[in-house]
Amino acid sequence: MQWIEFILLGFLIVCAIATCLSKKLLTSVVIFMSYSLIMAILWFLLESPDLAITEAAVGAGVTSILFFITFKKIGVLKGEEEEEDE
Amino acid sequence: MSKPRENYNESVWGKFNRWLHGLSPIEYKSSRQWHYTDEELREKFEADIARAHAAQQKEKRLYAKYRYWPDKKGVPLYEKIYRVIAVLVCIAVIISLLIMVAHLPIVGQYDNPVNNEVSQRYIEQGIQETGAVNIVSGMILDYRAFDTFGESHVLFIAASVVFIILRLGIGKEKEIEEEKAREAENDRNFEPANDSILQMITRILVPIIFIFGVYVILFGHLGPGGGFSGGAIIGAGLILYLEAFGFEKIEKFFTLKTYRAISITGLLCYAISKAYSFYTGANGIHSIIPLGTPGHILSSGLILVLNICVGAVVACTMYGFYVLFRKGDF
Repeated sequence: MQWIEFILLGFLIVCAIATCLSKKLLTSVVIFMSYSLIMAILWFLLESPDLAITEAAVGAGVTSILFFITFKKIGVLKGEEEEEDE
Repeated sequence: MSKPRENYNESVWGKFNRWLHGLSPIEYKSSRQWHYTDEELREKFEADIARAHAAQQKEKRLYAKYRYWPDKKGVPLYEKIYRVIAVLVCIAVIISLLIMVAHLPIVGQYDNPVNNEVSQRYIEQGIQETGAVNIVSGMILDYRAFDTFGESHVLFIAASVVFIILRLGIGKEKEIEEEKAREAENDRNFEPANDSILQMITRILVPIIFIFGVYVILFGHLGPGGGFSGGAIIGAGLILYLEAFGFEKIEKFFTLKTYRAISITGLLCYAISKAYSFYTGANGIHSIIPLGTPGHILSSGLILVLNICVGAVVACTMYGFYVLFRKGDF
């Protein structure tokens, strides 16, 4: 069972680095969501299901939604779409 | 009869009398200025011009030196220093953190400070003292309920501050209406309104999400979960519903008034019930609230009530954040 934890920890590191290095903000936030999900599974494997539920609901759900809303407000998503159209 | 004075003109009175009648001759002291010749004047004028010119030249030179110094030399110098200092600070922080880590107790050792009598007591006496099967709930809502109280207040204050910053002008109804209309148009540009796939999925999912959230809140003292996670789940369900059906439908049952009422009631309920609990618990007075049988839903004293309060506050805050970010107003 321990090898799953190692794989997940590897994913965690990859996600953390990819969040910093990805150039599009939208991609960063999606990767950050997956980071939170992996973290939630890790909390569950570490026998703290309370934290796992909270992490999944807050980290992956509400935080990313607030990020998306902020991007929409400051017009980042619109700019990217226009670039793709051209 | 007084005899006339010979030196009347010299006396003080005589001088005064003459001055009074304007008879005293005015004496001008000769000044060198009025006796310059044309040559001298021209020389002086040329000298002045030359001096002014020199001063101007000097000023220009200084201006050129100091006006363009930041662009030419200052900024590159600053950037170099900035980089060096950034690297140095980074290295210093890394080194200090590594030193701190090296001094930490070894993971998993028996005599670590983590393994003290407190956690021992929580594990052994937790069920007996709090009545909660879930030790975590027992800890955060009974032993350390004051911390949780502070956390709920932090959430409420954060929502209030977002409300103050993001809410559109207060007291100008007309402007708010115009702004709302503009925001609504703006929203329609970004996403398809009334998306039928999203609405269908939402119709199926949202009741399940709500029921799961309520379950997590109500069974917080029996299994994993509790007020905060359940509240976050319900808040996420509200956000999903809002995304699918728009503001008109959700404002039929959830408005600013509802938000205010639920939040303040939750916090007040928490404060009052916990004040009672502290009063009796800290003074060893017998509490009238029974702990019940561990494992039943109506057990563990105040923990169930506190879970419901925290869940209500958290759900409202999550939804409130979303709406304030999205629309700027309820």
